[in-house]
Amino acid sequence: MAGDASLLEILAWGDQGWSRPLLVGLGVTVACASLGYILGIALGFGLALAKLGRNRWIAAAANVYTTVVRGVPPLLVIFLLFFGTNGALMWIARGFGYTGYIEVDAFTVGVMAVTLVSASYSSEVFRGAYATIPEGQFEAFAALGLRPFTGLCLVIMPQMFRLALPGLGNVWIMAIKETTLLSVISLAELMRVVGLAGRTTGQPFVFYGAAAVIYLVLVAVSSRAFVAAENRMRWG
Amino acid sequence: MDFETALHVLIELAGAIWVTLALAAATLPLGFVLAAIATWARASRRRILRMIASAYVLSFRSTPLLVQIFVLYYGLSQFAWLRESPAWIVLKEPFACAVIAMSLCTGAYTAEVMRGGLAAVPKGAIEAARALGLSPLKVLFLVTVPIAARRALPAYSNEIVVTLKATSLASTITVMELTGVAKDLMSQTFAVIQVFCMVAAIYLAINTILILALRSLELYLTPLHERPRSRSEIAWKKAPA
Repeated sequence: MAGDASLLEILAWGDQGWSRPLLVGLGVTVACASLGYILGIALGFGLALAKLGRNRWIAAAANVYTTVVRGVPPLLVIFLLFFGTNGALMWIARGFGYTGYIEVDAFTVGVMAVTLVSASYSSEVFRGAYATIPEGQFEAFAALGLRPFTGLCLVIMPQMFRLALPGLGNVWIMAIKETTLLSVISLAELMRVVGLAGRTTGQPFVFYGAAAVIYLVLVAVSSRAFVAAENRMRWG
Repeated sequence: MDFETALHVLIELAGAIWVTLALAAATLPLGFVLAAIATWARASRRRILRMIASAYVLSFRSTPLLVQIFVLYYGLSQFAWLRESPAWIVLKEPFACAVIAMSLCTGAYTAEVMRGGLAAVPKGAIEAARALGLSPLKVLFLVTVPIAARRALPAYSNEIVVTLKATSLASTITVMELTGVAKDLMSQTFAVIQVFCMVAAIYLAINTILILALRSLELYLTPLHERPRSRSEIAWKKAPA
């Protein structure tokens, strides 16, 4: 099909080539994934606290949330947010007396989707990490005379994050992969750009192949980084 | 949502359940076979086979499934010689493309599950079987595989649920399964939350049935002396997925 010259041409930098749009798309992908991931971890930590806490109703609510979000396809969550957010926001706004039209853009929906899914998975990671901390650690800080809250903050949580790191690495990789689904709600991330490029140039295989390589590199670099972080945090 | 809309939604969803189940039912056995081949190749003496299998597992685990589906469905149409070949009869079908891509993907993940199961077989059991004079093939099928299968079952049931959820991506290449139908219903009826709840309930019901079935299979495969004594003990040992 395509000779080498034309391949170089379409992948080149500049007005004719597709390098710049691809890079912009990659930027959107990484921005959406990392924003959603960070918010998701924060929310996931809160959910984990809710599950471990004493209030049975809050724990049950957190468990239901996790079960539902982990049990349905991420694509369904994206559609829920895509079709549901505007209506929900307008409904809330109407309660405050605002009757105008509110529209949330695809990027916000994307970040929300990544946040909700990452939160449910990371909450389980945090809970698992908490469960593997030996009983002796709790007894030890109590024996040192630390109050429960201080002990949890100074003794348990640092260990929790260290134990959670491998699981959080998996959640990050899932977040990257989930952003590809956002192309269906026309967020101009890498997959969307690649699809457009493929249709315009008539070489979809080249561009989807390029996307596969880019994601492969992204995932490989991320998992290296997480392994390095784990090694740094290891004791002894 | 009035009664008429609800009925319309329910009928549409009921039809789509079968598409989702058909996708999963076609994907899982194919993926299993691919995984078995990859596992065999990764343990092979030939370096080239090991390298190919490892490259397969690594590349399919590190790229998003959507990219794999699009490469297969949209990407391959770029080649004129392929469009004229008999393989096109299969590759022009979105359903077949979705099944092939998902099988390749779940095959890579399942290969990893199989490796974990095989690694969990105690060395002593294999040595004991060899000492009894069993041939390597008999050791494999009478000792290694039964133990490995039982050890790998929890991880594999997880992979089955992942595959079931992955079938939703078939909707992006026009296969109207549950999630695709749900999308259309959401934009038609504007009953976004109601449709979401119904579809979520369907997915959760299928997941639960699968998980319970696999858990009882695992119990059945466990030798008597290793079985938990009571049902509540099983519930305690395994946190809900």
